[in-house]
Amino acid sequence: MKQLIQKLTDTFSPSGYEDAIRDVIRSEIKGFADEMRVDALGNLIARKGKGGTRVMVAAHMDEIGLMVTHVDEKGFVRFTGIGGVYPRNLPGGRVRFMNGTRGVIGLDGSVVGNDLPALDKMFIDVGVSDREACPVKTGDVAAFERPFMDLGGRLVAKSMDDRIGCAVAVEALRALKSTSNEVYFVFTTQEEVGTRGAQTSAYGIDPELGFSIDVTGWGDTPGQRDFDMALGQGPAIKIRDGGMLSDPRIVDWMIAAAEKNKIPYQREVLLGGTTDARAMQLVRSGIPVGCISIPCRYVHSPSEMIDYADVQNAVKLVTALLRPPIKLP
Amino acid sequence: MANRTPAVGAAQVRLLERLCRAVGVSGGESEVRRIILDEIKSHVDEVKVDALGDVLALKKGRGAKRLRLMLDAHMDEVGFMLVADEGEGLYRFKTIGGIDPRNLAGKQVLVGRERKPGVIGAKPIHLTTADERRKPLTEDALRIDVGPDAKIKIGERGTFAPNFQRVGPALMSKSLDNRLGVATLIELLKGSYPNVDLCAAFTVQEEIGLRGVKVAAQYFKPDLGIVIDATPANDLPVQFDGENTFYNTKLGLGPAIYVSNSSTLDDPRLVHFLQRVAEQAGIPYQIRQPGGGGTNAGGIQRAGAGVPVVSLSVPHRYTHSPMSVARLDDWKNTLALLHAAIRQITPALLKR
Amino acid sequence: MTDILPFLKSLISAPGLSAYEGPVAHLIEEKWRPLVDEISTSRLGSLHGLKRGRAKAPRPALMIAAHMDAIGLMVTKVEQGFLHLDEIGGIDVRILPGTPVIVHGRQEDLPGVIVMPPLKSLPEAAREGAIGLRHLLVDTGLLPSKVASLVHVGDLVSFNTPPVELSGEVLSGHSLDNRASVAALTLCLEELQTKSHLWDVWAVATAQEEETLGGAATSAFHLHPDLALVLDVTFAKGAGDKGSGDWQTFPLGKGPTLGWGANLHPYLYKKFKELADQMEIPVAMDISPSNSGTDAYAIQVARAGIPTMLIGIPLRYMHTPVEVVAVKDIQRTGRLLAEFISRLELDFVSRISWEDEDGK
Repeated sequence: MKQLIQKLTDTFSPSGYEDAIRDVIRSEIKGFADEMRVDALGNLIARKGKGGTRVMVAAHMDEIGLMVTHVDEKGFVRFTGIGGVYPRNLPGGRVRFMNGTRGVIGLDGSVVGNDLPALDKMFIDVGVSDREACPVKTGDVAAFERPFMDLGGRLVAKSMDDRIGCAVAVEALRALKSTSNEVYFVFTTQEEVGTRGAQTSAYGIDPELGFSIDVTGWGDTPGQRDFDMALGQGPAIKIRDGGMLSDPRIVDWMIAAAEKNKIPYQREVLLGGTTDARAMQLVRSGIPVGCISIPCRYVHSPSEMIDYADVQNAVKLVTALLRPPIKLP
Repeated sequence: MANRTPAVGAAQVRLLERLCRAVGVSGGESEVRRIILDEIKSHVDEVKVDALGDVLALKKGRGAKRLRLMLDAHMDEVGFMLVADEGEGLYRFKTIGGIDPRNLAGKQVLVGRERKPGVIGAKPIHLTTADERRKPLTEDALRIDVGPDAKIKIGERGTFAPNFQRVGPALMSKSLDNRLGVATLIELLKGSYPNVDLCAAFTVQEEIGLRGVKVAAQYFKPDLGIVIDATPANDLPVQFDGENTFYNTKLGLGPAIYVSNSSTLDDPRLVHFLQRVAEQAGIPYQIRQPGGGGTNAGGIQRAGAGVPVVSLSVPHRYTHSPMSVARLDDWKNTLALLHAAIRQITPALLKR
Repeated sequence: MTDILPFLKSLISAPGLSAYEGPVAHLIEEKWRPLVDEISTSRLGSLHGLKRGRAKAPRPALMIAAHMDAIGLMVTKVEQGFLHLDEIGGIDVRILPGTPVIVHGRQEDLPGVIVMPPLKSLPEAAREGAIGLRHLLVDTGLLPSKVASLVHVGDLVSFNTPPVELSGEVLSGHSLDNRASVAALTLCLEELQTKSHLWDVWAVATAQEEETLGGAATSAFHLHPDLALVLDVTFAKGAGDKGSGDWQTFPLGKGPTLGWGANLHPYLYKKFKELADQMEIPVAMDISPSNSGTDAYAIQVARAGIPTMLIGIPLRYMHTPVEVVAVKDIQRTGRLLAEFISRLELDFVSRISWEDEDGK
């Protein structure tokens, strides 16, 4: 599965520009889904099974990125963020534009002291000396560029959020040889800018229940005290995050499946941040939702770290949930 | 007069609950005083109420060279006094005794001789700003609300609403400081100690300056004194990398023997005596960390020509708040230690 | 009018945190069952009670929403027997230290208290000012090993202040936001047992208002009513709210309020004002220029839009464990609603006009 993860995280696709990752995922699940289509906002929807409880499983395929606001006279590129781009993750970072141009993020020298400035006091240096020579222009899109790193039990890459969720969904789709339910695996767009793909795809599918697969934060490095979450202790069953409360029946269903199949899991209460499940919950007459999370260190930085065993256990859990006929109390 | 071994059982827990549910703020201890008088009158030889409201009871011993032992337990608690009527049931109030103002907002209270319910409300969060919410609410910004029709006079006193519960190993209630001490002293008076003249002082106004004990000690003129109180346990986990080195006492380790606090250096003879008694009887105990809060011991030690003293307390968390927490076992062991110690007091104890 | 106090007291003694409304939903369902023709639960747990009108089908439908969820807390971490907390719904942290709570463990409910830890146990920067939520703890009185087996991350913590009657027919307790409105809606349903009405009435106890307005949004979508009324509590004058917020507070016990602002239809305001005046029920204009901050915000834009109105019940100390409400205001609201419903003509919606935008 590591190769799949690397392939997905290496792909360039910030929110709104998901063509490349859609093609990669489509080729990975071809032959395994009963039916595939792409909807109006670019969501890739793959159905497995027919008749039975209609379930939607969402993993977002977009990643955070940067967009050019202005190229100055000397060819330095000013930018803004696409999705949650935080100043502390940027200085010295390397980026790649959709047209292949690469660059480095620098800090405006007029910034005083040790406080990190906002995005508008940074710029991307693509190695040119003037505006005319600059191969990018206002509106162009970039994403972090970092090589995938396999540390054995732990994997590091940019866009683990949420290519790791996509990897879990792909593997679960492949492993699900048969299901009693009608499962819609939706590789959603534009999650990072407001869970937009999930909202519209859920409206179109109108499932009876659903869950997202996304990363969550971490609580097991120096100075981290508030979040009870650790790498290597199993995938997390989300009870609450900054945007929603999971349906208690979904939480119970997930816990029961994990315990029955002896899959390690953690209970998640995330302060801040949310996922596609939040959008799904409020669509139409409402959808009971939850989320399975992969604990992830350094989220929204160019080097996000996950535990490989957590990912494998997530695949097991998702498969165990989707195979038998689903009936919520 | 029934004599038996003082112990903590269901009846004693019920008595403690009665005491905790009473409203007895410093300066207005009547309700508690009535319960005490009722409980002890058939167990003592003399009892009187002095000019400040202290209950002073004497249980005479037998034998020529017996010592006069003064046992003190303050019966007042922290609380509030209503100071201005602002109409529509809202009153300004002042706290009596050291209540951290951060414990005031959003609480139920009981006010006045007729124990009328009220609340200390707070501005709805929707009408506050983030900046405002970072600053703690002060006493001056808060009001006691008793509803639009209550006829409560200013000058009346109140406390946090009574809320006693026994939960597993714990006792949870307001005013464990010092109804635990009061219940302990009441129970001791039901025992028999012919070797000493037992002078029991249920004193007032400890929380506002150790006032009652000073006059009680002048009255009794004892040879030695033991103060029975409740002391803070700050034994919660630290929320940073490090160790809790400031716990004062810990729940579950037994009665706390004082060696020093802001009002007294406890007499080493008495400190060692209590330790010996505890060790011989197999009663767990702890030494309270030196420094910090005062007890009535200071009022006894400097009375007249001086009196050797020691304090012994039941540990409790969240002192002076709407709900404190103590362990039943710590209370049991405090009573057991006192009972064992009193029986062994002889004049030799004070020899130098 | 029946005595609503026992029902209201039972409502504010049952937990019902956002998304976990089960216990209070159960109480409401039992109470409404004899008062409506059909009762059902939405996908997100809102309660839908239908009382059919007597006009011939197809009849227009009115939805009355009162959210049944209440604010509370959730366990984020168990540390040496003490519990760390997150909030569900907006809570001013300054009211928490010393508050009695119930911790809803998987198998048992445990009494506890929220405590301010000793200042020395906090990092230096956290000792000044109001103690933040991340530093407050719950003490259940139990030993750490027992707590570890009974309580887990994600378990709910609800306020445990008992209901208390204060002088002047005033009730204090937690979760009066918004159980007071549920009580008013219940009184309305009781009145309708002997008042006939043409329209279908959907009494909806919505879920998750405090978190996402999710219950209101999805129920409005599902029921697709022609008209919607929302009942929620509003700010009553109480301690501490002098200052720039004065225009947002109303006297306790002097009548419900009628919402005014972009979120609400001015024609409905006019109709309710006229009716209240006729019934000699004192009312006040409750201004929210843009967003009413209630279920009305979600309902107004459900489907292709629904004319929506808001009735407010004044409440002191909103979002604290000692909220205060006047029983009379609850009764007045119930009567006003029932009378409005009984007078609804079949062509009411077609007569809604925009000429009177200034409330005259």
